Amino acid sequence: MEKLIISPAPHIHGGDSVKKNMTAVLLALLPALLVGFYFFGLGALIITLTSVISCVLFEYILQRYVLRIETSISDGSAAVTGLLLAMNLPTNLPIWIIVIGALVAIGIGKITYGGLGNNPFNPALVGRVFLLISFPAQMTSWPLPTPFSSHYLDAETGATVLSIIKSHLGELPSTLSLFLGNMSGSMGEISSAALLLGLLYLLLKKTISWHIPISILSTVFVFTALLNYFKPDVYASPWLHMFSGGLMLGAIFMATDYVTSPMNPRGMLVYGFGIGIITVVIRVFGVYPEGVSFAILIMNGFTPIINTYIKPKRFGENIK
Amino acid sequence: MKTFKMGGIHPSENKLSAGRPIQLANIPKQVVIPLSHYIGNPSEAVVKKGDFVKVGQLIGKANGFISANVHASVSGKVNKIDVQLDASGYKRLAVFIDVEGDEWLETIDRTPTIISECLLSREEILKKIQDAGIVGLGGATFPAHVKLSPPPGKKAEILIINAVECESYLTCDHQLMLEKGEEILIGVSILMRVLDVKQAAIGIENNKKDAIAHLSKLAEKHTGIRIEALKVQYPQGGEKQLIDAIIQRQVPSGRIPIEVGAVVQNVGTTFAVYEAVQKNKPMIERVLTITGKEASNPGNYLVRLGIYLASVVEQAGGVPANTGKIVGGGPMMGRSLMNLNVPMAKGSAGILFIKAEESLRKPIQNCIRCTKCVRVCPMGLEPFLLMNQSERNMWPEMEKNRVMDCIECGSCSYTCPSNRPLLDYIRFGKTTVGSIIRNRK
Repeated sequence: MEKLIISPAPHIHGGDSVKKNMTAVLLALLPALLVGFYFFGLGALIITLTSVISCVLFEYILQRYVLRIETSISDGSAAVTGLLLAMNLPTNLPIWIIVIGALVAIGIGKITYGGLGNNPFNPALVGRVFLLISFPAQMTSWPLPTPFSSHYLDAETGATVLSIIKSHLGELPSTLSLFLGNMSGSMGEISSAALLLGLLYLLLKKTISWHIPISILSTVFVFTALLNYFKPDVYASPWLHMFSGGLMLGAIFMATDYVTSPMNPRGMLVYGFGIGIITVVIRVFGVYPEGVSFAILIMNGFTPIINTYIKPKRFGENIK
Repeated sequence: MKTFKMGGIHPSENKLSAGRPIQLANIPKQVVIPLSHYIGNPSEAVVKKGDFVKVGQLIGKANGFISANVHASVSGKVNKIDVQLDASGYKRLAVFIDVEGDEWLETIDRTPTIISECLLSREEILKKIQDAGIVGLGGATFPAHVKLSPPPGKKAEILIINAVECESYLTCDHQLMLEKGEEILIGVSILMRVLDVKQAAIGIENNKKDAIAHLSKLAEKHTGIRIEALKVQYPQGGEKQLIDAIIQRQVPSGRIPIEVGAVVQNVGTTFAVYEAVQKNKPMIERVLTITGKEASNPGNYLVRLGIYLASVVEQAGGVPANTGKIVGGGPMMGRSLMNLNVPMAKGSAGILFIKAEESLRKPIQNCIRCTKCVRVCPMGLEPFLLMNQSERNMWPEMEKNRVMDCIECGSCSYTCPSNRPLLDYIRFGKTTVGSIIRNRK
């Protein structure tokens, strides 16, 4: 000990890191990914690899050669964005469209704002919504679930549950097959069971708290249940809403994105309530069959104001 | 099991020196006794160069109410009164004594007999505590008699003894409870008498099951004293957290414990009160834990005040080769020391050797707004926000966001996945905002 290190307390660190948190999210997505591979086979594999690789690559290129700063690809956040983007796409989407989506997600959604921690909107959703508006036809043709399918671009397509509800055409699958994921949709939309397994893991690892997912899901449930109670012939059952579309993926993985969600439990509840209401309004009264992405992006925009006006519960607050 | 309700963390306990009997530290040729401890006015020297002093003799007289007497911890000749760098990193006036023999004041009862009866009045006890120079041994070293004299109109309902020892590594309070349990309980009843309260609770974390069992058994003979086993969670030893854990009352922002009817004293302080009141022994020594993952002989030592830490460390096997940082106190709130040539003080609870590879902080990354700092803050603050505001000198905003409530426990920095120095910036802001508030008056 020639020279001692002098620094202020605390002198120990818990060992948590950005990488550990991102790895936890990737692991939590694994069950849903496996279900996706099962139902969509080759297509699922291609879009996942394309999306993840291009997101990581774009982050590297933009930081290394355009901004000339240290790259942050090793923290795993670009991989998470890539995987979440893939989870949101039809599994028969051409590679070039995915690459454009990845560029928008990482380039416009994240790096322009100063990288991880500074982006106001969820990068994966920025990418997805950009593609949805730019390529509406390709982004709304959904392959039918075919176990271990070897089809990619030529996969047979069908309508999603939400578009069946919207157009009142076709037959709805049973609630159980909805829950397990046997339906058309993106990889991340189909299996609520696998996504809930991911939620359980994230809660146990304390990567996220329950406030956002539970407030979104319960708001959607209560709102759609009320609609269904008063006009059951017009409005679908709340269970159908719970287990279809991007609600689970959005509530568990997209809305809980650290960077773009509020900074304390009370704020999170308000944010989750907002997302729930907007989602149902778009689904039931809007033009689009699905509204989770828009609802999350809109509430992302409200996050700074929520943080300013809604403060955490202070110690000794309830005492006069 | 009871605990505080907001925030908190649970670092690895690493109580390496648990169960090691308290050993007497050797007395070197010279001791250096600082005339001031961390809180309160420095005391005034009442001895001069060449004077012969006995163990227990007053050498520094308290200056004002929030100040404490200082006594000679050894016998010998006063060599000089000069400045000395202390463990907090400040130069302070200290009395240098060249040790000659070990001659104690005759008034001090040095026999091991336990005296349980105390018939003194409240004022007499308080005077003894004040005369003995007792300060809080939990770390803040606030003079004990101040806390025991509630402001007019306020009345304590319960005495809470802080035996939590929530910092990792430290075991001095734990060992003291195992070896001096009866004396501690007598100390508690004396404090109850001073405060005129009917009940006292000793809060002990559940990782010290032997101490809980030992004191619970002894407490059967004392009326009104109960032992509260608490769930292990840092910073339970924080005064406001401990009160919340034990009586479920939260002391409001900017207020003191007496306003919810509680007075908190550290368990080591309680033992010192026993010694002062029953044995006429002023505060001249305390238990110190010497520890670290690579320490050859982690242990607990009874050290006279003013002994250079280097001397005790040498007795305990020296500084391990692979040491990058030496901390005075626990790993969460202790101060890193520049060297061991600093004197043992009333607030010294531990010396912790941190391995070289664990001494350096990891590189700072962007805040990812994960809210983990908000989740662990035991005061319900927003550390990420306070750090940002501190970086930008936004003092009024920091005050509005309650920076003065921060207890500097370090849970935020400990937990941050981006290795951000949250507490460093918050502490800086707290100091600045504190002086702005004082200047306003």
